[in-house]
Amino acid sequence: MTLSLSGLSKSFGTTRVLRDVTLEVPEGTRIALVGSSGSGKSTLLRLIAGFERPDAGTIALGDRELAGPRSTVPAHRRGIGYVAQDGALFPHLSVARNIAFGMPRGARHVARVHELMELASLDQTLADRMPHELSGGQQQRVALARALTQQPKVILLDEPFSALDTGLRAQTRQAVVDMLERSGVTAMLVTHDRDEALSFGQQVGVLAGGRLVQAGAPTGVFDAPIDVRVAEFLGDVMLVSARSAGTDAVDCAFGRLPVRHDRSGGAARVRAMVRPEQVRLAPAVDGGNATVVSIRSTGAGADLTLRFGGGSFPAEATHRVPLHAAARFQAGCQVQITVDGGVVLYPRHE
Amino acid sequence: MLALGALVPIGFVLQAAIAMGWDELSALVFRPKVGELLVNTVSLVVIGVPASAVLGVGGAWLVERTALPGRRLFAVAFAAPLAIPAFVASYGWASAVPSISGLWGGVLVAVTAYFPLVYLPALAAIRGLDPGLEESARSLGMGSVAVFFRVVLPQLRLAVLGGGLVVALHLLAEYGAFAFLRFDTFTTAIVVAYQATFAGPNAAALGLVLLLLCFALLTVESLARGNARYARVGGGSPHPPVRLPLGRLAPLAVFGAVCVVAASTIVPLASVVRWLFRADATDLGALASATGQTLALSLAGAVCAIAVALAFAWLSVRYPGRLSRLLEGAAFLTSSLPAIIVALALVATTLAFAPGLYQTAFTVIAAYVVIFLPRALVPLRAGLAQVPESLEEAARSLGIAPLLARLRVTVPLLVPAVCAGGALVALGAANELTATLLLAPTGTRTVATSFWSAASSLDYPTAAPYAIVLVLLSCPAVALMFAHATGRNLR
Repeated sequence: MTLSLSGLSKSFGTTRVLRDVTLEVPEGTRIALVGSSGSGKSTLLRLIAGFERPDAGTIALGDRELAGPRSTVPAHRRGIGYVAQDGALFPHLSVARNIAFGMPRGARHVARVHELMELASLDQTLADRMPHELSGGQQQRVALARALTQQPKVILLDEPFSALDTGLRAQTRQAVVDMLERSGVTAMLVTHDRDEALSFGQQVGVLAGGRLVQAGAPTGVFDAPIDVRVAEFLGDVMLVSARSAGTDAVDCAFGRLPVRHDRSGGAARVRAMVRPEQVRLAPAVDGGNATVVSIRSTGAGADLTLRFGGGSFPAEATHRVPLHAAARFQAGCQVQITVDGGVVLYPRHE
Repeated sequence: MLALGALVPIGFVLQAAIAMGWDELSALVFRPKVGELLVNTVSLVVIGVPASAVLGVGGAWLVERTALPGRRLFAVAFAAPLAIPAFVASYGWASAVPSISGLWGGVLVAVTAYFPLVYLPALAAIRGLDPGLEESARSLGMGSVAVFFRVVLPQLRLAVLGGGLVVALHLLAEYGAFAFLRFDTFTTAIVVAYQATFAGPNAAALGLVLLLLCFALLTVESLARGNARYARVGGGSPHPPVRLPLGRLAPLAVFGAVCVVAASTIVPLASVVRWLFRADATDLGALASATGQTLALSLAGAVCAIAVALAFAWLSVRYPGRLSRLLEGAAFLTSSLPAIIVALALVATTLAFAPGLYQTAFTVIAAYVVIFLPRALVPLRAGLAQVPESLEEAARSLGIAPLLARLRVTVPLLVPAVCAGGALVALGAANELTATLLLAPTGTRTVATSFWSAASSLDYPTAAPYAIVLVLLSCPAVALMFAHATGRNLR
């Protein structure tokens, strides 16, 4: 069943938290919603879970309307699982009883709890522990196992990894993704971490200022961000002024480059965006197209500040090189920069 | 609705005063007898509160910051007087030393009975102080005395003010203890007036003056407290303090501490025990029935107070705002009024609106709820604040209906708070004398009223077993308060 959101808006007092959010999530898809704090991403999850009511718009699961102008299905009848940021395990119940909490009375709990713990890669000896005796990662996995007891059509994850330390975080994230994969449930994750968002599933959505700015496959969104803000949010960028040079090519500080995607909307003045990963840098034997202005060591490498001569396209940019390559550069030397793949064009507002 | 209930007592006094008119009111208020009561009551507060503060703070400092021999024993012994209701202590003293009476007798009994109300908050505050501050002061060249007055004492201001206010309110409200000592205050005079003329204009006029005194105290305290906040600045975990060796002063300090314990606990208890052995044959049946009735009334009071407090706490934690603060303020204000005013108001209100309820258990329980509400409210609010709403949401997302989610998640987590609050209310109600005397249905005899009727007719031996039961009933509440002040967990 497809989860469809259309025209969702929500305000708290005079603050508009969500504006006209429309999104379709096909069954079995994992989608990550990414946005900075205050972008309305948690509110969106709470609307879908049924803890808040939308001011306008509808939420539907398949043919069933969950929230809309006419009706609201209360949270406990939606069949949508929810995992809170801190896991929200019931502190007075053991792990097993937490997992069994939502099961109907009289059901065969033991076997099902066992099965879910297995799915969550939780050791069976943890069953009688209390939540405070678990590590953060274990708590999150118990919370997810608990949410899966209802065999929900959709499961919502509200920044479930943000409270964990870095090492544990990657590990828990992988465990959770595997678990969702195995259970085949539709999952929606909100996060402010771009790597987490890009690696979570088949879709990613970017929220900014309460709007869903762009949604699609992670590679597509990363490759052709709809605007500069999204581009900068999803990864490091180098931005330089550019001028059209026929169809599918521009002139810029890096020289003449092909256009991968044109997001400029036909604007007269444009900027070209390249990802640092596309850039190759080598000391120039003669000439070159840029000068190293300064070098700042970052320990694992060095940040080079580069100035492009480029005639009509003077520009400055910073580029990081790894440690083994850093020794080949010094301030004042000439370098040759080449860019693999094309650029993405955006309008330039002065 | 609940707030209106809480404001009934104040409304009653004002309404009675307005109904009387200025002339009658002034005739009742401006007369020599009232002047004498005013002098008595004010002197009691002016002497009693500072004396309690000195004993309370001194005691707390001795057991917490000096190497006083036997300080662990004294730490408990200084809190013990709370387990002896003031009217029992008064009976103990009056029957042991019959010449004790009047203002100084009142001060002696009241201060020894109530100084723990300053001692416990002061103890809690000193335990919360960072010893690093005192060490810094020492490194700046201050001696022990200077450190105490310039560093420790200023930080105890809030605790001492709060405790002092509670002592003062108790002094205004106490009936039994002063009646024994033939010392007249407004409260004793109101009871006498009530017994003579019922809820007549005289009682109401005296009640008005008492109410004004009460407001004056609350105002003075809130002005003195100001907006002060004393928080520890900076992190780091505090380390245990270095205790001040008392040296040659140790015997003196021990002697003083022993005197305080003797006056507050040993003399009253010894006297009660002495009378217990003089009793010919204790009427165990009557004692059991009084205990049963006390338990029934106070448990009912506790259950109702918890129910009301839950509503208040829910409102103030989940929907904080001006309205919920107002409600809480009303509850705290009303419960700081003397029980006698609450009782008078309930008599007048039930007679006016629901005569059928007059002199039934309902009015007694209502009085307990009004008087002891904060005892239930404080732990419940703290307990509720520790249960995040996300737990209920998690339960709802697991397919549990909202009400059931609350029942299965929030309620179990509130059990400790409900038990603590309920116990404090029940134990307070079990020892309540003044309102129970006025409101209890005819034929109802609680332990406190049975004790009172025997002791006030000078039948000391008959009163003794009831006094013991009262002390025993108080012990758990005092243990709870002591555990709370010292940050220990009873569970």
